[in-house]
Amino acid sequence: MTAVTVKRPRQALSGRRIREWLTFLAFVLPNVALIVVFTYRPLFQNIYYSTLNWTLGSKFATPVGLGNYREFFASGEASKVLTTTAIFTVATVGFTLALGLGVALALNRKLPGAGFAQATVFAPYILSGYGVGLAWLYIFDPNIGALSAILRDIGLNSPEWINSPPWTLTMVIIVYVWKNLGYAAVVYLAGLQAVPAELLEAADLDGAGPVRRFFTVTVPLLSPTTFFLMVTTILSSLQAFDLLIAMDKLGRGSRTLIFDAYLTGFKEQSQAGYSAMLSTVLFAILVVLTLIQLIVVERRVHYR
Amino acid sequence: MNATAPSRRVRLTPLTVRDYLVLLLAVLVVVLPLGYMLLASFKGPSDLATTDLIVFPEVWKPENYSEAAQKVPFGRLFLNSGIVTVVGAGLKVLLAILTAYGLVFCEFPGKKYVFWGVLATMMVPPQVTALPNYVFISGLGGENTYWGLILPGLGTGFGTFLLRQAFMQLPYEVIEAAHLDGAGHWRRLWHCVVPMSLPSIATVALVSVVYEWNDYLWPLIIITDPEMMTLPRGLTLLQNSESAASSFGVLMAGTVMVLLPILLVFAILQRHIVNGFTQGGVKG
Repeated sequence: MTAVTVKRPRQALSGRRIREWLTFLAFVLPNVALIVVFTYRPLFQNIYYSTLNWTLGSKFATPVGLGNYREFFASGEASKVLTTTAIFTVATVGFTLALGLGVALALNRKLPGAGFAQATVFAPYILSGYGVGLAWLYIFDPNIGALSAILRDIGLNSPEWINSPPWTLTMVIIVYVWKNLGYAAVVYLAGLQAVPAELLEAADLDGAGPVRRFFTVTVPLLSPTTFFLMVTTILSSLQAFDLLIAMDKLGRGSRTLIFDAYLTGFKEQSQAGYSAMLSTVLFAILVVLTLIQLIVVERRVHYR
Repeated sequence: MNATAPSRRVRLTPLTVRDYLVLLLAVLVVVLPLGYMLLASFKGPSDLATTDLIVFPEVWKPENYSEAAQKVPFGRLFLNSGIVTVVGAGLKVLLAILTAYGLVFCEFPGKKYVFWGVLATMMVPPQVTALPNYVFISGLGGENTYWGLILPGLGTGFGTFLLRQAFMQLPYEVIEAAHLDGAGHWRRLWHCVVPMSLPSIATVALVSVVYEWNDYLWPLIIITDPEMMTLPRGLTLLQNSESAASSFGVLMAGTVMVLLPILLVFAILQRHIVNGFTQGGVKG
């Protein structure tokens, strides 16, 4: 173990550097190769598919340029699907954040049992969306479901959760919020714990009541957390699929962009080109949202 | 974790009562539907096909489970889900460890861009790549096979990102000391870096396990043979084979089999799992 450092000639050093580069490649290449083959390659291939008139499984495809895009945006379908997507996203994000903050405020008092409550509220977030959808479908069933029985007991009729598209969308939104609420609550809780107690005390001494303290101190200080949650929940709402198809198999009420892409590509008429166009539109929306997020975060970091 | 908190007496102020009510409500909203599902999985047709609210089965019918297992090979599905989860999550963690090590401890021109390329995959949802991957994998004969099920999802941006963060915070001197002792990269990785990063590796592993177990879209597309289905995929088959209202019991039995294993894992490791899924939220 004699650590003698010998000054090596330049030649050998560069040989060592190349060996170091090769080591790097050996470490990184398996993952990078998988990513290139199964993420980037299909991403671009999907954009190419979106310019074809092509039925999945067929050997023949006709290039139609932007024809699929034109068909989508010119027909009423775009406004219908995008409206459903927007309603689903805005409603799920809004309710998830508002209710999540409410639960976080209660958790933040650190009452005995709060740890148990936090774990319980978080649990649905890690459950299979498909399983959760089925469990709730039984509760929502207008004839034999528990909810309809309860509503009947208080003299109300159960809404047509299954047969009326707007009610189906409402049902899916409720269950999706139920599943994701705990995530928002835990992230908000971490944000709340970072609010300096001195600031709240100072506001208290200045005579601000609890409601005022909440809106003038806590809410502004939480804005980075709110922004982070908005971005992550918007992105996940746009990608929601399992729960939707479990509760609304044919996509009659909750046919969002991604759901539409699945149904048109793999079910119904198996229009692969049209489906690829839909998921390309979805990807474009995701890119724009991510860029907006990066710009906002960048700004905030610089202002600080 | 409550052991460190000083035990204090809680005074029953109106605020405390209000917060307890909020927490109680939140817990009930989560527990009641899941409990109702569990009870429904033991209900017979007469308890199911009724407009009355029946919480506890009048006649317990555990046969729902064997009936579900007859319609869909649930034993086999359990095995498939187990294999896919263990192999998929295991390989994912391994790939993440290797990539993160290379990115942090090896020299390479343009390393930064490699990192960005890996990271950017988090922006590409699997739904966007599903169609071309289906065409590709089925063309290679991967339909209804384990490798076809596992392979396309292995590349990991999230795991690499998280472990890179963890590796960068390790004490550099320790790794450098091992280097001077003549330990090569491979030895340094497994004898220094990995043992010091076990909590982060466990986090990545748990998140991957949950993800693989629940994954639905890809199995839905690539698997049509009941013998090769994962549990959530098998639920679809069960749902399609059951249409009468009275068969909800069998369907709920299947659902319980999908949800319960993850709930049990969560009950044991909840702190790590919650941290894993909310990582990044604190720092923004």
